[in-house]
Amino acid sequence: MLRIAGGTVYDPANGVDGIVTDLFVDDGRIVQPAATVAVDRTIDATGMIVMPGGVDVHTHVAGGALNFARGLVPENQRAARKFLHAGDRRAGLGGMTPTTFATGYLYAGMGWTTVNEAAVPILSARHTHEELHDIPLVDKTSLVLMANNEFVLDLLEAGEAERARDVVAWLVWAAKAYGIKAVNPGGVEAWKWGKNANTLHAPIEGYGKVTPAQIIESLAEIADALQLPHPVHLHCNNLGVPGNFETTIETMKVLQGHRAHLAHLQFHAYGGSDWGSMRSESARVAEALITNRNLTADAGAVLFGDAVTITADGPWQHLLYQLTGRKWGNLDVENETGCGIVPYVYKDRNLVNAVQWAVGLELLLLIDDPWRIFLTTDHPNGGCFWRYPEIIQMLMNREFRREEIRKLPEMARQRILLADLDREYTLSEIAIITSAGPARSLGLSRKGHLGAGADADVTIYPAKPDHGFLFSYPRYVLKGGTIVVEEGEVRDVATGREFIVRPACDDAIEDYIRPLFERFYTMSFANYPVEIERLRHPEVVNLPRHP
Amino acid sequence: MITLTLGDAPAVPLEAEVLSPDTIAPLSLEEIRALPVFLGKRQRRVADFFAVDGESGDVVEVHGDLRRVKWIGRGMSRGVLRVRGDAGMHLGSAMTGGSIEVSGDAGDWLGAEMSGGMIRVRGSAGGQVGAAYRGALSGMKDGTIVIDGSAGLEVGMRMKRGTIVVGGPVRDFAGLQMKGGTIVLRSGAELRAGAWMNRGTIISLAPIPLLPTFSYAATYNPTFLRLYARRLATFGCAIPFDERDGAYRRYTGDAAVPGRGEILVWQPRS
Repeated sequence: MLRIAGGTVYDPANGVDGIVTDLFVDDGRIVQPAATVAVDRTIDATGMIVMPGGVDVHTHVAGGALNFARGLVPENQRAARKFLHAGDRRAGLGGMTPTTFATGYLYAGMGWTTVNEAAVPILSARHTHEELHDIPLVDKTSLVLMANNEFVLDLLEAGEAERARDVVAWLVWAAKAYGIKAVNPGGVEAWKWGKNANTLHAPIEGYGKVTPAQIIESLAEIADALQLPHPVHLHCNNLGVPGNFETTIETMKVLQGHRAHLAHLQFHAYGGSDWGSMRSESARVAEALITNRNLTADAGAVLFGDAVTITADGPWQHLLYQLTGRKWGNLDVENETGCGIVPYVYKDRNLVNAVQWAVGLELLLLIDDPWRIFLTTDHPNGGCFWRYPEIIQMLMNREFRREEIRKLPEMARQRILLADLDREYTLSEIAIITSAGPARSLGLSRKGHLGAGADADVTIYPAKPDHGFLFSYPRYVLKGGTIVVEEGEVRDVATGREFIVRPACDDAIEDYIRPLFERFYTMSFANYPVEIERLRHPEVVNLPRHP
Repeated sequence: MITLTLGDAPAVPLEAEVLSPDTIAPLSLEEIRALPVFLGKRQRRVADFFAVDGESGDVVEVHGDLRRVKWIGRGMSRGVLRVRGDAGMHLGSAMTGGSIEVSGDAGDWLGAEMSGGMIRVRGSAGGQVGAAYRGALSGMKDGTIVIDGSAGLEVGMRMKRGTIVVGGPVRDFAGLQMKGGTIVLRSGAELRAGAWMNRGTIISLAPIPLLPTFSYAATYNPTFLRLYARRLATFGCAIPFDERDGAYRRYTGDAAVPGRGEILVWQPRS
């Protein structure tokens, strides 16, 4: 048994706020100490901060799109941090789109122990799981793209809600996913006609009846009916567009009565009518989110500097490409989704970028219930995950934040609220937005807390006044009870597990899907679903049948 | 002057970016011998391949068949580097100052992404002279590269400033996606010179095939060429500028981008 002695523990899920106490770890879990078991190792955490390991609710770390991005930006790989082969540690690159093994080292090196890959087409799910397997030190979940899947849209068009539910259930299991992702509902399908879906209540291109609102509501309903641990994970329509806060608030209305998670809310909280008049509407979006208690969100904050934008939102990426005039990658994923990739630089002297930077922080500060807004940068879209400590520093230190605001152009400062926000995050609130909250939203009952029975994913930070530095270099990181990081150095390369769900569905649904698939796809049906044997460390959650 | 003499040419590429005045000048002979080089993936010492002689200083001479020795003079900022023989790929890559002289040929990526200094090659060079590495937005940002012989594909690809002069013919895609600077082709080029060029000048003293996206603008004798000619004459490669000898036909493009580059083709007075 391992004892973590004398640390100041922040475990908000169990109401522990900065109490000096001992934690005991046995067989990979946090345990209540039994007198009969001997302590064979003690970590002296006196004067240190002990938190549950970080949980990233929305990131892009594996799969076809990310690999495409890696290939598209060799110039970034050249400048990236190098990981040299050493002992058990594999070689790799950090940077904007880190390689698989390096992704694990970087996350764990920062104290994060669970990540959610937020966009997987079924067609590239096999590849995604191979890459997820190669990301060590963190446990993984993945979400399968569903809001532009033509099988599902055709059923919604035909009003066959029950069959749509069974098809979604079958597809989730086929992809060995953990939940449902919806990206620009209907918009990616319309992109195949060179169009987009800008309004929620108009039929989408190529369909007579089905609207984005209907797709959103149906998928939310299906996620609830299938009793998925994580609700529908929604990338709203009109991402990135000035004036899109109205779409976001309208989407929240559509979602009333259902659980849902709104991804990278920052990209959906802009006012104005064009790039020149763009301004922050974080106050109205934050207020709407606070009111709609069925919803959670993640920030999708932006940091100045290089980024690579990767999203299934093909039409938006084409627009972004036209704005940047640099490089553009576009993928058509048969009947399922699309994908666009554009390298991007966020500049503090750029009005639009400055507003984006502020909106991310404003949402984190204005939404005063930390259980409902989580720390993300929509890695690598708004910035790299390994820069999270920079955001934590700005959240915890008002003066530092104001110094940063002073660097913005005067015109940008008039378009944002950030300078007026006095809130400073406490350590307990940081533990919520980085760990306890996302774990709860993902429905991972053994993550994000340090109570008995929890996975022993623990991060121990040295107590220092400079919080950015503090979160960059944990003193120890435990993954499943093993010390994997010590003094910022990777000590052990334990493999992570993958959480997947098996929703209940009518077995006959395969007879419906097979002929459609054979007619419309380019590959053989037998090669479509990912075999469970492909996953080397799966943890299957069997879901009960719909009541 | 420090002299390094290569023994047997290595069977696999030897990466030797330490062979530059910046690294070598402050070191003793023993320290130079101990510098790391990579033979394939294995780390070795300079002394495993080179005999090192002479006195420490800003002048470094490398002798031997160096065709498989890569990255010589990488990032150098000062001094003189002389290669007596043929040099391998990436010679003078990212250099910021000083000068490099090669008595034989140079490989691909000569002076790639350099931002200052002078490279003179007496023989021929490979492809991607002064180019941007794959994916990067801009190649050579300043400095001068003079090649007496011929050169390969994509000479000056995405270059932003500086001058490249090639004596012999060059292959396809000279000035590909060029953003600025000057390429002088003393014996012309093969296909698609200036493809996707945005800005910059390609001067050809021999007729070259032009893309249909370049349009004829004028026949004239640009004043700036007098200055160029004077400067280039100091390297022993004069270019004509006098209207008594002929004139330049100016083509603008590449309209496919659309770009505002120019290709000047010398027409001797008949």
